Amino acid sequence: MSHFPSDTVLLWLVRGCGLLTGTITVVIVGFLLTESLPALQEVGIQRFVSDPSWHPSAGSAEGEFNLVPMIVATSLATAGAVLLATPLGIGSAIFAHFYAPNRLRKIYGKMIELLAGIPSVVYGLWGLVVLVPIIARWHPPGTSLLSAIIVLTIMILPTIALLAGASFDNLSSEHLRASAALGLSRGRTVFSVVLPASRSGLFTAVLLGTGRAVGETMAVLMVAGNVVQTPTSLFQPVRTITANIALEMAYAMDGHRSALFVCGLLLMAMIVLLVGTAEWVSKGRIHG
Amino acid sequence: MIVRPRFVCLPALFVLGLLPSFLSGCTSDDSPENDNQIVVTGSSTIAPLVAEIAKDFEALHPGVRIDVQSGGSSRGVADARRGLADIGMVSRDLKIEEGDLTAFTIARDGVGVIVHRDNPVDSLSDDQIVAIYTNRINNWNEVGGPDAPITVVNKAEGRSTLELFVEHFQLDNKQIQADTVIGDNEQGIKTVAGNPNAIGYVSIGTAEYDATHDIPIKLLPLSGVAASIENVRSGTFPLSRPLNLVVKIKPTGLAAEFIEFARSREVHPIILEQYFVPLSQ
Repeated sequence: MSHFPSDTVLLWLVRGCGLLTGTITVVIVGFLLTESLPALQEVGIQRFVSDPSWHPSAGSAEGEFNLVPMIVATSLATAGAVLLATPLGIGSAIFAHFYAPNRLRKIYGKMIELLAGIPSVVYGLWGLVVLVPIIARWHPPGTSLLSAIIVLTIMILPTIALLAGASFDNLSSEHLRASAALGLSRGRTVFSVVLPASRSGLFTAVLLGTGRAVGETMAVLMVAGNVVQTPTSLFQPVRTITANIALEMAYAMDGHRSALFVCGLLLMAMIVLLVGTAEWVSKGRIHG
Repeated sequence: MIVRPRFVCLPALFVLGLLPSFLSGCTSDDSPENDNQIVVTGSSTIAPLVAEIAKDFEALHPGVRIDVQSGGSSRGVADARRGLADIGMVSRDLKIEEGDLTAFTIARDGVGVIVHRDNPVDSLSDDQIVAIYTNRINNWNEVGGPDAPITVVNKAEGRSTLELFVEHFQLDNKQIQADTVIGDNEQGIKTVAGNPNAIGYVSIGTAEYDATHDIPIKLLPLSGVAASIENVRSGTFPLSRPLNLVVKIKPTGLAAEFIEFARSREVHPIILEQYFVPLSQ
């Protein structure tokens, strides 16, 4: 490697970029911690899981701060959406890559990109004026865990489909040529060669989809009903943690505001857990 | 993690060390020093109205800038107290413990109970509304409607519309058994418009505007008084509130001029345009 001064400059420039990126995360966590500290001290972690319900605006003494129903709601909505969107997304990517005629494949790619680019509030509005009334006719009130799952599924579908497609693109052509030489059918190639070989890419796709589902706010706020309760059926309204922050932050003061930052901290923890799991699984089990 | 810990620690500690001063810089030293600027913050109900009034005021006073920020009545009170804003917007009467503030009413607004236009129920007594919101009545046929479960739409904590509603019906928000919790008035109206069995309460100004613009909702009378802008103006409608500009000390200079302007007859057309009720002179 030659040692032009420009190399040194570039090296420090990219070091700086890396440093800044890492620092931003640390600053955000620090900010969440300082803002949520008053609530954690006055209310105590215990009450965030044991209080009867969530009524934080009455202050730390008289208010109620139970976050468990919202954690359950967030997990259920996310899990439901991921369960629906994963087979749909991967299946459609397989179709586009290995079965669709060339022209259709291009149109399909554009459609998926378009779907990924639509702002979430548009999905929310569609959910509120179209989807919710349909479910309400079937099983009132319509604003429910089910509508949240459906809207979230549509939103993370393009993420999973695009990333699955990208991991098929990255597949080394040797695999495909070898399977052609063995005389395997197209279906056999997809299921026995392509899918196992791109496991790690597909896993990343699902994981990023999950992350998007956990963090989605506006669309869920508009269709989920936002009642703080642990749902016992798909048709009950629920409130996710993100929707809780969005609903109350603009109007929250003092202890109430601080309690909402505890929600933010909780979301951060969920994402860390998700990324950590991904790291662990991809290191220990999946080699792509 | 791609970035190695030893690279992260130093700058991170550095930035964290700066954080408190940065935060306090945001919240306490931000008082408006500029003579030609007024900062107005608070109720999201009043904010659009004051923004319109501010445009006219700026046109009459070249060089003056009025910064209107929404964020709820409690923010209006807090910001006016701490001096973060020259004027706070509070869409309710001031409470006893808020006696350190002075309120100037610029208009009135009512909160009306709304149902879907196709709902045959044309009126509900106060007791029936309380029973519906506390889940003692759960089906429209108990109040003369069709055999269908009632979808109760409530507002999120901290909103002044909610405070006004629970205070009027002497409820505790913890007693309310909601099926849907909404944020702003428009979301409430869309929810009720999309569900023939829903009941909700929103600002009368917004509801009357939407009801006359082909949104399928209708306003129910309260204690026999029709929920209309007319009745809010005359003071006969029971569930109404003043829209206040609040200040901590006696306003002087530009702030005083602005408050005077906002209470003058000149702004009545703007108030009517926004479906609020001007005060009779």
